[in-house]
Amino acid sequence: MPSSNDWINNPLGVVEEMFVQSNSNPEWEAKVLEYFKGKLKEKQAYSWIPSLNDVPLHYLKPNSLVKFRCLVQDMFDPEFYMGVYETIDPSTKAKVLRFGKYKDVTELRCVPHLQVDLNSRNTVTAERQTFYCVPIPGETLWEAFLNHSHTYARSSQARVVPSTSYIPSRQKRSYEEDDEMDTQPQKQREPHTGGSPQLHANGDSKRQETEAPSGQTTSPSNASSPLDLNFPLPGERGPACLVKVYEDLDSFKLNDMLEVYGILSVNPLLSVLCEEKDPSASLLDPTESMETPEEQRAHDPPASLVPRLHMLHARPLQHNNPLLPSDRAEDQHAFVSSFMVEMASVRAEFLAYLTHILLGDGLAAEYLLLHLISSVYARRDVLPLGKFTLNLSGCPPNSSFTESLHQVIQELVPCTYRLSMTLHNMNSLRLVPRKDYVANRLVSGALQLARNTSLVLDETRLEQGQLDASGVQNITALGNLISWQKVDYDFNYHQMEFPCNINVFVTSEGRSLLPSDCQVPLQPQVTPPNLEEYLSTVHKAQLTSQINKFRVYLSVAQTLDYSISDEVTKAVEDDFVDMRKDDPQSVSAEDLHRMLVVARLLSLSLGQTSLSREGWMRAKHIDMLRRTRSQPQTTVNGNEP
Amino acid sequence: MSSPTSTPGGRKRNRNDIPATRSTSPPSQRRRGQDSSNADLPAMPTSPATDIASPTVHDTSLFSSPRRSVLPSEVDMSSPLIGARGTPARQRPDLGSVRKAPQVDLHSEPPSADGAVASEPSVGQKLVIWGTDVNVGTCKEKFQRFLQRFIDPTSNEDENAGLDLNEPLYMQKLEEISVVGEPVLNVNCGHVQSFDADLYRQLICYPQEVIPTFDMAVNELFFERFPDSILEHQIQVRPYNALKTRNMRSLNPEDIDQMITISGMVIRTSQLIPEMQEAFFQCQVCAFSTRVEVDRGRIAEPAVCRHCNTTHSLALIHNRSAFSDKQMIKVQESPDDMPAGQTPHTTVVYAHNDLVDKVQPGDRINITGIYRAVPMRENPRQSNVKSVYKTHIDAIHFRKTDEKRLHGLDEEADQKLFTEERVKTLKELAAKPDVYERLSSALAPSIYEHEDIKKGILLQLFGGTRKDFSQTGRGNFRAEVNILLCGDPGTSKSQLLQYVFNLVPRGQYTSGKGSSAVGLTAYVMKDPETKQLVLQTGALVLSDNGICCIDEFDKMSESTRSVLHEVMEQQTLSIAKAGIICQLNARTSVLAAANPVESQWNPKKTTIENIQLPHTLLSRFDLIFLMLDPQDEAYDRRLAHHLVSLYYQSEEQIEEELLDMAVLKDYIAYARTYINPRLNEEASQALIEAYVDMRKIGSGRGMVSAYPRQLESLIRLAEAHAKVRFSDKVETIDVEEAKRLHREALKQSATDPRTGFVDISILTTGMSATARKRKEEVAQALKKMIQSKGKTPAMKYQQLFDDLRGQSEAAITKDMFEEALRALADEDYLTVTGKTVRLL
Repeated sequence: MPSSNDWINNPLGVVEEMFVQSNSNPEWEAKVLEYFKGKLKEKQAYSWIPSLNDVPLHYLKPNSLVKFRCLVQDMFDPEFYMGVYETIDPSTKAKVLRFGKYKDVTELRCVPHLQVDLNSRNTVTAERQTFYCVPIPGETLWEAFLNHSHTYARSSQARVVPSTSYIPSRQKRSYEEDDEMDTQPQKQREPHTGGSPQLHANGDSKRQETEAPSGQTTSPSNASSPLDLNFPLPGERGPACLVKVYEDLDSFKLNDMLEVYGILSVNPLLSVLCEEKDPSASLLDPTESMETPEEQRAHDPPASLVPRLHMLHARPLQHNNPLLPSDRAEDQHAFVSSFMVEMASVRAEFLAYLTHILLGDGLAAEYLLLHLISSVYARRDVLPLGKFTLNLSGCPPNSSFTESLHQVIQELVPCTYRLSMTLHNMNSLRLVPRKDYVANRLVSGALQLARNTSLVLDETRLEQGQLDASGVQNITALGNLISWQKVDYDFNYHQMEFPCNINVFVTSEGRSLLPSDCQVPLQPQVTPPNLEEYLSTVHKAQLTSQINKFRVYLSVAQTLDYSISDEVTKAVEDDFVDMRKDDPQSVSAEDLHRMLVVARLLSLSLGQTSLSREGWMRAKHIDMLRRTRSQPQTTVNGNEP
Repeated sequence: MSSPTSTPGGRKRNRNDIPATRSTSPPSQRRRGQDSSNADLPAMPTSPATDIASPTVHDTSLFSSPRRSVLPSEVDMSSPLIGARGTPARQRPDLGSVRKAPQVDLHSEPPSADGAVASEPSVGQKLVIWGTDVNVGTCKEKFQRFLQRFIDPTSNEDENAGLDLNEPLYMQKLEEISVVGEPVLNVNCGHVQSFDADLYRQLICYPQEVIPTFDMAVNELFFERFPDSILEHQIQVRPYNALKTRNMRSLNPEDIDQMITISGMVIRTSQLIPEMQEAFFQCQVCAFSTRVEVDRGRIAEPAVCRHCNTTHSLALIHNRSAFSDKQMIKVQESPDDMPAGQTPHTTVVYAHNDLVDKVQPGDRINITGIYRAVPMRENPRQSNVKSVYKTHIDAIHFRKTDEKRLHGLDEEADQKLFTEERVKTLKELAAKPDVYERLSSALAPSIYEHEDIKKGILLQLFGGTRKDFSQTGRGNFRAEVNILLCGDPGTSKSQLLQYVFNLVPRGQYTSGKGSSAVGLTAYVMKDPETKQLVLQTGALVLSDNGICCIDEFDKMSESTRSVLHEVMEQQTLSIAKAGIICQLNARTSVLAAANPVESQWNPKKTTIENIQLPHTLLSRFDLIFLMLDPQDEAYDRRLAHHLVSLYYQSEEQIEEELLDMAVLKDYIAYARTYINPRLNEEASQALIEAYVDMRKIGSGRGMVSAYPRQLESLIRLAEAHAKVRFSDKVETIDVEEAKRLHREALKQSATDPRTGFVDISILTTGMSATARKRKEEVAQALKKMIQSKGKTPAMKYQQLFDDLRGQSEAAITKDMFEEALRALADEDYLTVTGKTVRLL
């Protein structure tokens, strides 16, 4: 049997051994999978494996087992490969069977003249598919940082284990790397505990910060080649990866969040093979003319930039909050139930914090909290249930209020993105993913986001002016996203609908031009002379431990189950009838829809998994408060032509 | 282009993977077609695996050494045939390079046990092409028999139009070839299958060998029958409609080298690629020339000149080599075949010779072809090989599925294949007495109540029976039902539209605010590359045979709306733009939603006044529903219950509903395709009565309450209702329901708010009869008043208004007064100039 750590350092060796043992019995494939699944189940095994997200590519050992936390951005066509092939030595005529699974190229073990027998009867053709995966878009700094420090400590350990001597030259480098890495987290930790002044100065500095740690992975190579890595959001960094999938092809969907465990392949041959093109050959060889150069670039980028990952196992991620145990379902249950006790108290603290941030407006803070824990939990024919788009109107214009607000949200949720709805952005940004038939790939857009990503639309930046065709399309796309929680990807000849689950938060001066489930006018109780300073002091006052609690709170509340008992159902019905009796104009079916969602979120925010009568009354109460607040505003709007 | 001589040929070893074919009898141990069920496939599919006897070393360069000799016993599939009179054979690159299918290879393998060394396929021995179980002789015979005898009396393919269905179908086609001179014979594989299942199996499994045999067979037959005809080249058989694979997603390694038919959409076509078929070599020393055929993309460069025995003296002469046309086409799977949440797959297709440029990007096509897998090119300098194959399809036949969209009914695309069980469940469902209610409640279950509206939409989904009166000059009668929903904002109109749009296969959803006339109809675009004008179709044309859902109908601009006039009655769309003048079919049902002009529906006003749409357009809707808040307690309670349950229903219940939606979809598709109800005697009587009744209601009060358009609506609705029942006859109950629904809709939309009567003229003329009467009365009163004043040539406007108000019993608004003035002005009784009124 392979030694204890070989399965991480030399997984192909393990596979090879099993293949040889199997004697070309096709069961070896299942055995391999089982073996690795078993290994990964072992305690903390997940965390030993170095992660492609954090460790720069050139510090990772080729053909070792790595993990990658990612989003499936595009799915390429299935390809046929030699599952099993035979090599032949022309001098001795000796034939050897080999396997092609988990490999990009046939390996001939450096024996000169060894050749692949293409006509062998023993060749098995098999099918696999390639997914183009990118790091989860909009991952926030704290999230990446925490994930990083988690894995960092252990992955460096893993690299010091004896078998690293397999490649002595690498080991030396990895020590250097360790030093570098040690200094970096400190630099990072400081802003977090100390309130991070530069983090909140403006959005740009945030970008610089994110670039700093990961910049070294890609920037040298990026500089030499302007390869478009096709990230959904502008300014994103990180490794993109071509994941080769062998099993359960149908179980994966576009935009799935996955943690992939696979064999890293950065064989430089891959780049050589696609570059060495003989122009004369293309005329005679039918295989050469199939692909345009663009397609070549998209599908076979140099392995140094876009490594290949041969999937052994993939774990779909429900959330990507590193503070929550995600390894096993039992762990998660235990964690959630232990946290439930705290829910109410954390909620109170959290609400107080949000109230401060929203300039003392408690009601708006309450709604923001509900918005942050909302999530589409089901769909009834076309109607998504559970979405709660919030429009915060009355935001001070021409200030960085929304930006500051977004920075606060950034500190709380795992993934978020702020879209400044300036005319220029609306007209020029590509929001909806589009299929590029020349390169045969899905060109990503800013709305290709992972589930439960928080999207902040800054409408205070929108000025009067002309929207062009693409601007109108973008606005329509945003409207569709809010109303139906779907994005129609543009496939040129037709559109394809992809359901999504994105929390949209719109800040605007007046009522937003986009639809929303709920509009709350902001009523500031305090008017600080310097808004930015005020917000940053509020923000600084929070301890990191507290912020961490809030983070856990949001993720837990999002995943809780919920039910309504028959008794409460009845009460709600009665209530609705009564309300309509008094004034049929006051409450419509739409209002009931919204109040039911509010009631649901309110209960969940308190850690209650079923609706109580009090919960319903509370929901009604805050909805009433909100409506009395927005009433004068709507009439003002109504009078305006 | 580098000359082939640059490739060093000296180090080449003998290469012996020429499509070696051995005579074996009994059939070769290994039959490819039969063991294709296990995943074991030859790596290089086009070549039957060379076995131990032959040296298995292969060259990795482009050109390999010459074949040892032309094998003596090859059956040349393309050789001139008896009676062909020198009609040249044309190479078939679509079948790969194996045009010569040798049956015997004496050099590489000793004759098998019984020593069958026959070179002619007809000796009666069991000769098969190596690697297959195809005996050329039998195969040819079988196919000729098929051609001579196959009759398909039930054929309804458009290609067969004008042929006598009781005569052998393909013989008629051959006759057609002799007349038209297009040497291509399209053969429906379905026909072959029903005629001879074994032949069909062979065709699917060994297309590369069987199709040339078919070619031989058909040419023999043809030139026997029409010895005098002159063709450009010999007839080529193009099979289509292979049932093997329909969906691109289900292609797998087992399909390699087999004949498949898949459907998809063309997304990209390449430039024309000249592909070398035959290389012409000339010796640099003695000018001796030789021709070498391309074998699987490679040319075997002769190493030694046969004439002067100089080595490496032969050079390729390009302009004397033979090339064929080739085009790469990218096909993407059609959206309907895709599982949700995944991206569509694409496949590369190669078209050869006359199939080049047959399809354009955007076309939906069915391709029949041979699925190929080719290993990635080996690199001579590297021993490592990319372990991936490239796959493509060599097209044999294209069939556009949307070709007839522009002029005829597209049966093919609509014909969804239903399994027998499915049909059975559907029929069982149809037999239930309450099927109508069941279906209507399955429609958009998340939207509460509005039973009649759902029923109306259900009937719209089924549609009436299509009638063609073009013979008598009246053109097509509209079979589609149009529905308009109007009502308060927030009454889930949009949701209903979204649901319908998701339910029907060819639905389009647009918003009145966002769509222009161009977006609805069609526009002409210039292709930037070819400078060719291309007609791009808009929502209405795209939803031909489907439903076009238009939200915010009232916000649509005047010019956009005007387009709908033609579409909604004539069901066509005329375009005259940039030199393109045409009439497109737009047989689409329109489901529109409109909001009242004031934010709330004003019950004191008529429908027209509320939504401010021209009555000419409104009268084209069969049913106009109001979606209003009923404001009644029992309703509220049920609504609340419905909504609350929506929020706590479990996942399983949701699953159940999804199933319902699938059934509903199939039910509608089945009814639309197979059920064409006709009116029976009683039903026609009932319709006549209904119409007469409707006319009578109005005549009593001196107004018209029904127009022929309403009768047509009734007929359509009755037909649709019969379709719901899967009934071929429209019966009285269908008419009853149509009447009821029509009445309900009228009651809602055409009730005169002043009198409370249903008044169709509100919708047809935009004004209720009472309103018109009232207008006249006011005008008369005004006239009388002016006359009573005596001879005053000019009056003050304001004073006249006040006088009239004082005199009249009923309240008279300024609008009414002005209208009255205008009416009198029309009579040339007075003129209004500024603030004074002058008598004439």
